[in-house]
Amino acid sequence: MATVAASPTYTASATPQRSRLMSWLTTTDHKVIGTLYLHTSLFFFVLGGLEALLIRWQLMRPNSVVLTADQYNQLFTMHGTTMVFLAIMPLSAAFFNYLIPLQIGARDVAFPRLNAFSYWIFLLGGVFITLPIFFWVAPDGGWFGYAPLSGRTYSPGPNMDFWVLGLQILGISSLAASFNFATTIINMRAPGMNLMRMPMFTWMSFVTQFLIILSFPVITIALVFLQFDRFFGTTFYQISAGADPLLWQHLFWIFGHPEVYILILPAFGLVSEVLPTNSRKPLFGYPVMAYSGILIGFLGFGVWAHHMFAVGMGPIADTVFGLTTMLIAIPTGVKIFNWIFTMWGGSIRFTAAMKFAIALIAMFVIGGISGITHASPPSDLQQTDTYYIVAHFHYVLFGGAILGIFAGIYHYFPKMYGRTMNETLGTWHFWLNFIAMNLTFFPMHFAGMLGMPRRIYTYDAGQGWELFNMMSTMGAFLLAPATLIFIYNFFRSKKHGEPCGPNPWDAPTLEWSIPSPPPEYNFAKIPMVTSRYPLWDLTHPERTAEIPHTQTGWTEATQQTGEHDMAPMHIETETRTAKELGIPMPSSTIKPFFVALGIVLMFSGLLFLPKGMKVPAFALMFGGTAMWVGYLYAWLTTPLEDHH
Amino acid sequence: MSASADAAHGHHYTTTGLDNRKIAIWAFIGSECMLFASLISTYLIYKGKSLVGPFPHTPWTDPSSGKVFPAILNIPVTSASTFVLLMSSLAMVLALSAVENRGKPLPPGAGAWDKALTSSKLWLWMTCLLGAGFLAFQAYEFTSFVHEGLTIRRNLFGSSFFTLTGFHGAHVTAGVIWLGSLLAIDYKRGLQPSDALAVDLAALYWHFVDVVWIAIFTLLYLIPG
Ligand code: HEM
Ligand SMILES: [Cu+2]
Repeated sequence: MATVAASPTYTASATPQRSRLMSWLTTTDHKVIGTLYLHTSLFFFVLGGLEALLIRWQLMRPNSVVLTADQYNQLFTMHGTTMVFLAIMPLSAAFFNYLIPLQIGARDVAFPRLNAFSYWIFLLGGVFITLPIFFWVAPDGGWFGYAPLSGRTYSPGPNMDFWVLGLQILGISSLAASFNFATTIINMRAPGMNLMRMPMFTWMSFVTQFLIILSFPVITIALVFLQFDRFFGTTFYQISAGADPLLWQHLFWIFGHPEVYILILPAFGLVSEVLPTNSRKPLFGYPVMAYSGILIGFLGFGVWAHHMFAVGMGPIADTVFGLTTMLIAIPTGVKIFNWIFTMWGGSIRFTAAMKFAIALIAMFVIGGISGITHASPPSDLQQTDTYYIVAHFHYVLFGGAILGIFAGIYHYFPKMYGRTMNETLGTWHFWLNFIAMNLTFFPMHFAGMLGMPRRIYTYDAGQGWELFNMMSTMGAFLLAPATLIFIYNFFRSKKHGEPCGPNPWDAPTLEWSIPSPPPEYNFAKIPMVTSRYPLWDLTHPERTAEIPHTQTGWTEATQQTGEHDMAPMHIETETRTAKELGIPMPSSTIKPFFVALGIVLMFSGLLFLPKGMKVPAFALMFGGTAMWVGYLYAWLTTPLEDHH
Repeated sequence: MSASADAAHGHHYTTTGLDNRKIAIWAFIGSECMLFASLISTYLIYKGKSLVGPFPHTPWTDPSSGKVFPAILNIPVTSASTFVLLMSSLAMVLALSAVENRGKPLPPGAGAWDKALTSSKLWLWMTCLLGAGFLAFQAYEFTSFVHEGLTIRRNLFGSSFFTLTGFHGAHVTAGVIWLGSLLAIDYKRGLQPSDALAVDLAALYWHFVDVVWIAIFTLLYLIPG
């Protein structure tokens, strides 16, 4: 595999040589799965970007006819759905996969095969929900799919079927992954790494897993209702049967608001790694950073109805949700200040990653402030469903999540591939991207304040919107070359980037103590951790002098296992293979792939039901079920590891 | 993940000292709580909102035909099925304890009952059969409701009732299959104390499904209105 070519290669005895495709299909290595996630979600990011370009092309001028209204609906729906579920979430998952085990000193995730399953069902679900756009039968009810609009009565075609079933499939992926990562973080930390020593990325990921665990079942049920309404004629969202038109909205946003934190917290975690490293100072107020993450997670479940101020919930509900929404800005603001104080007085190194991280702080502040302006119901009534909202969520999602993820990619690329990305191209990418995103999204505030609604496929001239729309479209088309530079840099650097050692940025946490790229077992000897910045303790003790150091956890650990597998904190130089070292590794297997495939086939069968095509419907449903049940059984009855 | 695979690797260091699967099942159960909470809330929100009958606790006369539909829920029968499900939890506890204590010598003077307590097969069978018994009650309940005119498409009550209790029934079914697989292993090679964790996981799931039923029984059946 190219991704680990430079690491000492280890081949399971029973499986001497496999093709590259086969090695992907059967991998259980969290690092390979992480890079698979990374490439797949970058692909979807580009696809979602192309959809956005078509949208902007249509909106560039009043009354233009580039797209029909119907095509426009499909494009904005798929743009939102793709960016949320197929780009940002799995980009975060790429980092969960790659980094969490490395940051906590583990050899893999808790359930390596479940991890492979999560990836495959994400990929297949992504293909499932994406394919229809190439035939103009894509979902067209918006990324939040409001019922009853998305019910069979108002959306009779197959379009929303793809959306309902596709999101159901993708939900399985996120949930399976969240159980896995939560368990990994709770239970697989190196000895001495107590919660208050976890790297901040792992902390924010930890909070994110709980948000997924608790919020995804809610949308699962909302989707089950919609699915039953559409396929089996139930009445959950049928107003004529007395249904509550707000049921979907409540269920969706109880998931939907935690979801926006699921999108942003991993990016917050990434910049919390990039900023201290490149300021050559510990993270300012580490405990408060962790607590504010937890608080954001908690409060995130109590603000959902701020998306529904316009439906007339009454003064009490409006007040309560307005207040909770304003409250949640406090822990968010705390993070902003802590990042700034982290840089304060540091000796800053402006790597590409650092530029993106600093830009995130600035851009997120803009998005956060516009958020607070619609936390107040009367003011939101002016803003809701206008381009002002579109400006808000693009400042937090593009200016927050995406910039953070770019920072993470530049920062962690050397760990993944043993080479750094080109910094000059990175700088070009940064500035173009930065200018373009502001050109795209800042004018939307004005268009929105002048009353331009969201989700309209065209508009008349003379309402004062022309200039702002033209600017937004120019910005969007400038984002394209910026992204191209990034993609070029990414793929070129894999082969021709400057080779780097284990720790090119002189960073403080465990993942930098092992070779780049890491050997498949990650840590030949599990390090014993005595402080928050174990590597700086070795290389720059002056930087961590004020951080608490203790030896707790060692004795318990050595008692549990015998000392042979562990060693005091060190820089790893081992190059032998897992086999030579006698480290048991999970064996590769194709079963998780087939379980995922079976589930997707089973869901696909439903697509044929409304057309009355019973034979393919039941063939797919029963065939798919048989497939996933059979492979799941085989999976559960096969040991995880080869016996050495 | 199989029992045999794990026995070989029981010595992996973990932060909490617990097995990974034990942590994961709690995370899973946490998630399931939200799943059932959404289903139950929807049922409660739609209580009394159906435009046509049949209704759960009150009779309904069809204005067009004059036909009278009695109150649908049959509390005595469901009380019996609830009892059956609760007893299955007891059997589950005894099955787990039998596996954990396998191989320990019986105290002198142990009677037939003490002997019976050591049989994991017996108690796994009991759990499965009681679970299946609950499902039989549910099948009976569903068919009689349909005969009385309540289908999943009929009204909001039908939609939310069948979806909620159907989801629960599907969970019980999954549990019976899970326990059945443990039983198969027990017949094949005998469950050992080293398999206790595998049984414990199934037990946790099983008790959770029971607890959910108690919530459903209380909120749907016992509270009228
Ligand atoms: C300071 C914190 C924040 C506050 C006070 C806030 C407030 C709000 C409010 C009140 C709305 C509803 C506006 C309306 O529809 O009328 C909204 C929409 C939205 N927010 Fe935020 N927000 C905050 C942070 C975030 C973050 C961090 C994200 C994501 C990373 C985010 C993503 C979104 C999205 C996607 C929408 C639009 C959803 C839609 O209608 O499609 N927000 N925000
Ligand atoms: Cu929100």
